Parts: sequence; C-alpha cells; structure tokens
Amino acid sequence: MKQLIELTINNRVYEVPVSPKDLLADVIRDKVRLTGTKKGCGQGDCGACTVLIDGEPVLSCLTLAIACQEKKIDTIEGLVAEDGQLHPIQQAYVDHGAVQCGFCTPGMILTSKALLDRNPKPSEEEIKRGISGNICRCTGYKKIVEAIFAAGETISTAGVK
Amino acid sequence: MNKDFTQVGRSVPRKDGPIKVKGEAIYTGDMVLPRMAYGKIKRSPYAHAIIKKIDYSKALEMPGVLAVVTGDEAPNKWGIVPQTANEVALAVGKVRFYNEGVAAVAAIDEETAEAALDLIEVEYEPLPVLTDPFESMKRANEVRIHEDAPENILHSGDQLFGDPDKAFAECTYILEREFSTSYVNHAFLEPHTSLASYDTQSGQLQLWSSTQVPHYLHTQLSIVLEMPMSKIRVTVPAVGGGFGGKGEASSSDFCAALLSRKIGRPVRIVFERSEVFATNKGRHPCHMKVKIGLDKDGYIQAVDFDNTMDGGAYAGWGIVVMFYTASMIHLPYKVPNARANVRRVYTNKPTCGAMRGLGGVQPRFAMECMLDEMAEMIGISPYELKMKNAVESGYRSVSNLHVPHTEYKKCLQTAAERSGYLEKHGKLPFGKGIGLAGGYYISGTAYTLYQSYKPHTTVLLRVDTEGGATLHCAAADIGQGCNTVMAQMAAEALGIRYEDVHVISGDTELGTFDLGSFASRLTYASGVAIKEAAKQINDKLFEVAAGMVGCRADQLEVKDCRFFSKFEPKKTIEWAKVVDVYTNSVGTLTGLGHFSPPRLKGIDLTRGKRVQGANIGHSPTFGFSCQIWEVDVDLETGKIRVDKVTEAGDCGQAVNPMSVDGQVEGSILFAMGQALYEEMKVAPDGKIINASLHDYKVPTAMELPEIDTTIVDSYDPTAPFGVKESGEGPVQPTIPAITNAIYDAIGVRFTDLPITPEKVLKALKEKREKEKSEGK
Ligand code: FES
Ligand code: FES
Repeated sequence: MKQLIELTINNRVYEVPVSPKDLLADVIRDKVRLTGTKKGCGQGDCGACTVLIDGEPVLSCLTLAIACQEKKIDTIEGLVAEDGQLHPIQQAYVDHGAVQCGFCTPGMILTSKALLDRNPKPSEEEIKRGISGNICRCTGYKKIVEAIFAAGETISTAGVK
Repeated sequence: MNKDFTQVGRSVPRKDGPIKVKGEAIYTGDMVLPRMAYGKIKRSPYAHAIIKKIDYSKALEMPGVLAVVTGDEAPNKWGIVPQTANEVALAVGKVRFYNEGVAAVAAIDEETAEAALDLIEVEYEPLPVLTDPFESMKRANEVRIHEDAPENILHSGDQLFGDPDKAFAECTYILEREFSTSYVNHAFLEPHTSLASYDTQSGQLQLWSSTQVPHYLHTQLSIVLEMPMSKIRVTVPAVGGGFGGKGEASSSDFCAALLSRKIGRPVRIVFERSEVFATNKGRHPCHMKVKIGLDKDGYIQAVDFDNTMDGGAYAGWGIVVMFYTASMIHLPYKVPNARANVRRVYTNKPTCGAMRGLGGVQPRFAMECMLDEMAEMIGISPYELKMKNAVESGYRSVSNLHVPHTEYKKCLQTAAERSGYLEKHGKLPFGKGIGLAGGYYISGTAYTLYQSYKPHTTVLLRVDTEGGATLHCAAADIGQGCNTVMAQMAAEALGIRYEDVHVISGDTELGTFDLGSFASRLTYASGVAIKEAAKQINDKLFEVAAGMVGCRADQLEVKDCRFFSKFEPKKTIEWAKVVDVYTNSVGTLTGLGHFSPPRLKGIDLTRGKRVQGANIGHSPTFGFSCQIWEVDVDLETGKIRVDKVTEAGDCGQAVNPMSVDGQVEGSILFAMGQALYEEMKVAPDGKIINASLHDYKVPTAMELPEIDTTIVDSYDPTAPFGVKESGEGPVQPTIPAITNAIYDAIGVRFTDLPITPEKVLKALKEKREKEKSEGK
C-alpha cells in the first residue's frame, strides 16, 4: 500500500508515494532522484548512504522513509551554496586529494559536516572516531582526515556553517 | 634528461573532484533510461551440482516480469585470457561455486524481479564439494570440476634458470620455509553495476558498466552475444573503485545485455554486496614453499619457489597470476639461479583473479620475511642484506627481465633514515617492534596472452578553436585518476595548462583504443602515446607560429601557452592565436600516438633456452619501494597496533605528487587489511560465511597509523616524462614489513595470514611454554 508523504530534503518539500517498508536511501535515489547518496552495501556497514537528519548523520539504507516525515533531511546535493560555491568541507576534500573514486565521498562529507558542526576543532583522534563508520577503500583515510582538519580551520576562522 | 616541467610534477586537484564532492558524478547505478527494466540473478544454493532442470514458467506468468534468461541461451565461453576462457554468462549444465548464477530475470521494478527469482524452479543433483586445493588435486579422479582438467589443475608451470641445485650446494646459508596467504576480496565500495540498452531497429547495443576494462568487456560481449564488436559500444561512467575486481567482465554485464536484447528495453543490474563476494575474483590464496641460499658474504645465489594456488571455480586471470608469482621472485634482488614450480588448482569456490599488485604480494611476503630471518642467521641487519642484494639500473635478471632504471637503494636508504630503523631494530622493548620490507612492480607491461601485438594504447589529440585541446582515449578512470594524469602529460607536451585539456575517456566509441586499467600500465602507456600525438600537433603549429613571429620553426619552443623563439625570446605569440590561425585556414588539427609494449623473450639467459611464462609480458620499466612499519603488540589481547609507517617510493617522475601519495596511502591501508584482518571464510559446503562488510573487516579510519611517505628523486630516462607506476608497487612491501615488525616485537615469525589477535595469543603462549620447558 503506497501512501503519499512529505519529505523535506535540502530545504525543499517533496511529495513522494512510498510504501511503509521503503527505505530512505531508495526513496532519495529512485523517487526524488538525488543520486548523490550512494549505496555500497544496503546493510548499514559502509556509510556510503549517510544523510543528515536534523543535523545528525544517519544511515539512510537502514532508515524507513515514512519515519522521516517532519524531519529536516540533508543530502550531499544540499551542501553547495546558493551561488554554486563549494562548502568549505567539499573544497577541502578537493584541495587535499581526499577524493579518489568518490563513491564514499558524499557520505564521508556529510559525516564530516556533522562532526565539524558539533566541534569545529576536532583532534585527529576525534576525526578518526567520527568517520570510523564510513569505509573508504581508496584513499587510506589520511587525506580525508587532513581535509576535515583543514575544513575545520576554515570554518572556525570564517564562521561559515 | 628534461626535468624542466611545468605541468608534470604539479599536485593539481583531480579533474572530477568538484563533481564528486557535490554528489553530481554519475555512476552506472545512478542512471535511469526511459522504459528501463530491472534485472536480478537467481543463484545456486549448491557449490557443486548438476543442473537437471530449470523451470521458469511460473516466473514468466507473474505480472511485471518481462523476461527470463538461462545459461543455455548464451553458452559461449568467455574469459579474460582467451586461451583459457571457460566461463559462461549463467551456468550451463553445472554449477561450480556457491551462488553461481543460473538464471536472470527482467521486470518492471526491482521488487518484482526479486520476487520472480523465487518462482524459478531449479532441480539440482549435488556433487561433492572441494574447497581445499590439495584435496582437490588428491580427489581429482573421483570429483572433477572441469571436464578438460583431469587433475583439477588449470595450468602448471615449471621454470628453471641457471643451476639452482649446484648453487645451493655451494651456499653457506640456506633457509626453507612455508607460507600461506588468505582468501581476500577487493571490497571496492561500488558494487558491480551494468546497464544495457539494445535497440531492436539498428541491432546496436550500448552497455554502461562499472568496469576497469572497457575493451575486454567489449570483446567478451561480442563472444557471448555473438554480435560484431562494431555493433556494441561500452561506456564507463564514474566507477567506485576496482582494484582488479572489475578487471574482467562481470555476469551483471552479460545478463543485462542478454535481457535487454530479449525485450528491446534498457535493463539495469546492480549487485548486492553479497553478490560482490559471491563473484569475487579476489586474491589467490597461495601455499608457498620457498628456499633461499646465500653465499658466505650474504649474496643471494639461488631461489627455489613452489606455489600451489587456490584458484576457485573458473580460470579468470589465473594463468597470468600464476606466472606472475613465478616471475616476481627475480626482482628487486639479484638472483642468479632460480627455479619455480607453480600450479593453479580448481576448487568449488568463487573464482580468484586480479587484485591490486597481482602475483606480487604473495611471493613478496615469503621472500622479504625470509631475508629478514636470514639476515639474523648471518648476524647483519636486514637493511644491510637487502642493500647488498638490491638491483641497480641496467640490471637484467636471469629470466631476461630488464630493469632500465631503479632507485631501489635510495628507497631503502630513505625509509631507513627517516624511520630510524637501524637505531631501533632489535633494540625496542618486548612487545614493540620495527620491520622493513621492499618491493617492486611492473609498469606499462605487455599482456603476453593478448590475441595480438597491436598497439595497447592509442591517443588522439585534437586541437581547434572550438575545443582548445581535447584528448581522446578509451582508458578507464576507476578513481585512480588517470584522466587527470593524462591531461597533465598532454598539457606538458603541448606547452599549455592542464586546466585547459579536456579528456574524453572510458568509451569504446568516443575514445581511441586502450587495453584497460590494470597492470599499472596507464601512465606509462598513455604517456608514450601522448608524446607522439603531441609532436605531430606541435610540428604543424610551429610552422604557423614561425610565420607569425618571423623566425624559423625549428627555433621555436612552446611553454606556458606561448610559442617563443629560443634565441630571441621577444619573438613570441600566444598558443591560442596560433591555433586560431591554423584552424581558420586548415581546420581542426589532430595527432595520433600509439604505445606498443616492448617484446622480450622470456629465456634462461645462462643457457639461452626459452622458458614458458618467464617474463610474462615484459615490462618496459618497474616501480620500487620500501616500507618500514612500527608496531605495538598488546600482550594481553594479542591486538596489533600500528604506530607508524615510513614509506619511500621510486615512481620515476611523479606526474601528480598528491595523487601518488594518495595511491601509496591507499595501498598501505589496503594491504594492511590483508595482513591483519581480512579473510573470506568458506564453510565445507562452499558457502562464504562472512559475505558482508560487517563480517569481512576492512580497515577503517580507526586503523589509520601515522604515515610518512617520500617520493624519492627519480627519473627514468627511457620512460615518457620519466614516469613509472605508483598504484600497485606500494602494496608489495606492506605484509612482510608488518610481519617482520611483529617478529621484532615478540620474537614470533608468522607465516600465514591474517595475523589475528587469536594467532598472536596462541603463538605467545606456545613461545612461553617452550621457553619454560627449555628452562629459560
Ligand atoms: S549503503 Fe548504507 S551503510 Fe552501506
Ligand atoms: S574514494 Fe573510493 S571509496 Fe573512498
């Protein structure tokens, strides 16, 4: 049985027909057609499907879409500024070589954002812990940690959110 | 030697960085075409069984189901190595591993396709399951996996160079050891995905696939579908990692294509993670017996290498990997006498194939650990022993591998100095240790078993007013960044900026021929082709520019987007202006360059005898590196914490140093996984017990140690722009370096992987008991 629900994604309201067992990752990708959210496992093990719900990183492949009504959902597509400028975290990932195949990148960046929103000056240990639920098989994480660190600096000096 | 580069050597951010961080890069699974259907594969619940009957009539009746295909409809055998091709799109008559595909369904949505799988009835007659290569060989007369392999062996090879027996007889130090490695998977993050669209009117098929090898996929599709290559186009969207696992066609490719042809609609198949494990093609578990002999001064005199490889159910890259393991013992040390007896055995497990640094990782583990032990026998530092035996530029191995250039000694030296290896080794408190290992890998190699020696890479450069400079090449950027590196080399050769070069790659129709992303070949191969293509363009532009500035063409140079006279630098003109004038009068300008790998016979140099598989597609050059690992073993829990990794690598001239560092750091964590955590566990019935990223543990950021990398000053004068590989060499030293560090920490030499806390605790206990009984 499909029902029409409202999902607020990147500050825009989408009306989508979903069945009670539809997962947020699939709804975002297949119905809303925001394909920046990736699926690497569909079992909650890799973090590629991470989105922010009310600012907190959530694995969208384990989350029921109907449970997300009246919540604020942010996906990677919502991070770019109105004028098209990259968010400082995105910019830092590019500049520091923290992207290779890019499949982990959207989830990793959103996890980074939640981390820096909470704590713009995390220690190396805090960064590692913060992203430990997101697998990256390409980079070896070093440049990702560096990028998050650098983005934190930019954000706290410039006061960007 | 020209190291006066402006574009090569720049740490520019990768071309596709911005779209990837914005979530706008399109991977195959992100694509939806009009009328697209969804495909799913029905898989076998037996690892070895005869298929007696498949009845899919009920599935076809289900509303929303569009078509079903089975193996009988496409029985042609495919394989990455044409000589040993023995795979089919879907099983025909028999399944040989657990979860092998037996039928595929297309339906209007994924749920329907999934539900239809349950309605396909398959009758099996189970056969005995062989999961161990030794058992497989032993029981071959009773259980045969492939009809044409009576011993359950795909292939075996025997190589002899020089006279190892005589050499061993004269050696002062001899060590014999056995090693075994585990069954590991690439665990790239994007599961295999294929989208096929067949047009019934034109008979044309387009396939989008997450592949490393568009060309091979192209040829295999042509075989399986019985369609000419000219009617098939393979396109590679963004790819979420490969590491060798997408270095062959995938059954998702064939099934999507077959279904699409059947229903005249696009069909997309996205693998589940469990299907990635089920179809595997990961690293071969190797059971190696190695004997090394040194003379009284510590020089290697002979190596005897015996390897039994667990290949799984089908051939895949097997024969190539097998000969690589044999070939890999000849470098990076001078080995005057060598013997290799190697065999690749079939078992009822998902097939093994190519995985980052294929064929090198296993023998490297054995050799580097043994040399560590032998240094102790002699009473010198492993560093000294390795320096002593290290190859030098111009070295030719007894198997006729020619090393035109190496900075291996510089790698050893740099890593030792930066880590303080000599001060620390053997002197750290119990539980802490430091270990050293070296390694090397091929770069730009030929694939010996390829059907022909046509150029392995072709680059088309196009220059005109409309596009500026555009590079066409059907190479596949799987995340390693070849598009960026090709643009940098093209910019260097044309005298313009990297930012201004457009790259059109990953498409067999738009791009010119390339063999694919494997064997660390692309930077070298495309570099050669780019130089040749750019020269043709420069020659023509020089003439026009010469007329414009008023000097002779052969006095011109091009750099920083300007032509200028070498002798009167004031005579100069912008590159774009010259292009404008040329295009206006003659039209678009093109240059075409090729790379053909060198051919060198694999022979025993001492006797001049040809030896099968000896240099397995000679490589024009080789990358080298050294790693030094510092570990801290928790004596209570057996857990190994890595404190620091110091790496120094010779990748020739780094085209993009940031990208090289990324390859090295990625390699370090990748190989660390195999050393300490990763192993696919197989039950006696052939089922993989841990086919998920929850149970198959890959390193997370928590495992990231401090990493110190150095790109040693290097330039291979025989290579285009002085380049060598950096994507596979750095995985080679990791496992032995960790293992040697653990020995330094607790005095135990591990010879099988992964080195888990349980194994460490057990070894510590045994060690204590032994010491007690010896009254220490
Ligand atoms: S796709 Fe959700 S955690 Fe992997
Ligand atoms: S960049 Fe490939 S998985 Fe992270």
